Amino acid sequence: MTPFTTLTGIAAPMPLVNIDTDMIIPKQYLKTIQRTGLGRALFDELRYDRNGNEIPDFVLNMPQYRNAQIIVAGDNFGCGSSREHAAWALLDFGIRCVISTSFADIFYGNCFKNGILPVVLPQAAVDHLMEDARRGANARITVDLAAQSVTASDGTAFAFEIDPFRKHCLLNGLDDIGLTMQKAAAIDAFEARAAAARPWV
Amino acid sequence: MTAPRTLYDKIWDDHVVHRDEDGTCLLYIDRHLVHEVTSPQAFEGLRMAGRKVRSPERTIAVPDHNVPTTAGRDKHIDNDESRLQVEVLDRNAREFGLNYYPVSDVRQGIVHIVGPEQGWTLPGMTVVCGDSHTATHGAFGALAHGIGTSEVEHVLATQTLIQKKSKNMKVEVTGRLPAGVTAKDITLSIIGRTGTAGGTGHVIEYCGEAIRSLSMEGRMTVCNMAIEGGARAGLIAPDETTFDYVRGRPHAPKGAMWEAALDYWRTLRTDEGAHFDKVVTLDAAEIAPVVTWGTSPEDVLPITGVVPDPESFAGGKVAAARRSLDYMGLTPGTKLTDIAIDAVFIGSCTNGRIEDLRAAAAVLKGRRLAPGVRGMVVPGSGLVRLQAEEEGLAQIFVDAGFEWRLAGCSMCLGMNPDQLAPGERCAATSNRNFEGRQGYRGRTHLMSPAMAAAAGVTGRLTDVRELMAETV
Repeated sequence: MTPFTTLTGIAAPMPLVNIDTDMIIPKQYLKTIQRTGLGRALFDELRYDRNGNEIPDFVLNMPQYRNAQIIVAGDNFGCGSSREHAAWALLDFGIRCVISTSFADIFYGNCFKNGILPVVLPQAAVDHLMEDARRGANARITVDLAAQSVTASDGTAFAFEIDPFRKHCLLNGLDDIGLTMQKAAAIDAFEARAAAARPWV
Repeated sequence: MTAPRTLYDKIWDDHVVHRDEDGTCLLYIDRHLVHEVTSPQAFEGLRMAGRKVRSPERTIAVPDHNVPTTAGRDKHIDNDESRLQVEVLDRNAREFGLNYYPVSDVRQGIVHIVGPEQGWTLPGMTVVCGDSHTATHGAFGALAHGIGTSEVEHVLATQTLIQKKSKNMKVEVTGRLPAGVTAKDITLSIIGRTGTAGGTGHVIEYCGEAIRSLSMEGRMTVCNMAIEGGARAGLIAPDETTFDYVRGRPHAPKGAMWEAALDYWRTLRTDEGAHFDKVVTLDAAEIAPVVTWGTSPEDVLPITGVVPDPESFAGGKVAAARRSLDYMGLTPGTKLTDIAIDAVFIGSCTNGRIEDLRAAAAVLKGRRLAPGVRGMVVPGSGLVRLQAEEEGLAQIFVDAGFEWRLAGCSMCLGMNPDQLAPGERCAATSNRNFEGRQGYRGRTHLMSPAMAAAAGVTGRLTDVRELMAETV
């Protein structure tokens, strides 16, 4: 996994609330057996017409947002299906950070497994950053994971909370399966205890 | 004397393998359900790292999302990508020695229907699957939730998950359900009240007389949609209804082991005075048969209502509601019962069990689909299908003009050929009305099986109570 440290980039504004993972990547792209190559399918039904032509007024099709690395989104981003393809598609497109007032739990977790930083901020802060996002490359946003801050183009900084373990893994690009396998003895011991206490399981 | 604990607290405590200072826990997973769509990358990851499946005996694999629901699918699947995913699952299940129900097996079906049916899901367990509707298994008093593919790989390799504990939320439904009101109406009404993010960060325990009086099928319907309210998991404390359902299932404990399990299961209830971070109470008497009007499961109204005015909402929901109505092709003020439909879908992990088919068949007996309306019934498993045929339900569906399909997820998410055409409007017993969910530009109204059947008969959204008051 690519570590996430700091990022200064263009943010795309997506103020719609409840953007679900079906919207982020529709079902027809879940038939893949790979993780890569899904960037083209990101927001497919918003981004292309039925013939596969780009819909010009969709935000990521606009020239100023084609290289966006951040999305500033409405409440409850990533709700619905658990499909990690949503995170894979965002990453493959080049999105490394999503900022919103709230995220759905499963999507939020999936981001961390893929080097994407989901940032939760209060409504006023998201509104402020949404204004920056509307100005495209004229108002770049800086995200600093170590410092847990997002800085708007006018220098206003917003602090955000993040789980220390997830922060550590993201900063260092750690594979958490490897970390857990170091605890194999504890898992063995648990299994022995559980087999005695609940042998029917 | 320990502090009073919730049901969630108890299951959690019994599964903590290791706790870090910051509260991050390694949680043991008793059952891991696997399907063809969210697992290929996880197995590939294992192979690339030279890892094994730690506990194949705790891992259950079944293809459901992608499979066609028409005859001959065990011989050949036309769509190349779907076929490849089903073949890859087959290879992985055999290579790693998993418990496996291929499409050729009569026990195949939707993973969340197969698990309970085969007795894999038991009270007090932790159950995960790369599918958000894993919440279904919470109906047994099991801590069950959806995970992403990276977590699928983590569970395959270690039989654990790295987790922080969620908050406790109680949803109490007091009193008795009025006639014509079902588990689906309860769960949709709760989401209508709390919103799709109301349960975010929480595990919900459903309780109260109306919940207690539900069958296991109904309880699974309620817990299934916990995720639509933002909660990763929903729970219902196990009781005699639960034990009666589990007893005698192929993988349920037997003999002395059954008695020992019962003793433990009876302790799985929230202690008096335990703390909930959030409490929501609904009066069952005030729940009506409901339908959704928009493109979020929180867009719920009683069937007696009218399409709302987007301006009646606040904040970002105003723009979202405007967009929803545009997508759904609806005008504010229209009576919900004036909305004409093109299709009926009865099935899914929400409403694909025998009780659901009985409820729909009770409405359809002696009636027919309205002219021009197509209907599809997709049983949740091969065994549900068989039982429905034995009970004569299948014949009622066929006589009413429905297609009687093989088991799978089907038109709930439209990954297989079962999809809506652009602009088609569907009365669906599934769980999501998102844009494009059932097919590109398709329009979904969520409701109970009885309500979907009633809509099929009249060709428009219908109050099933009124239809049933008429004599056939």
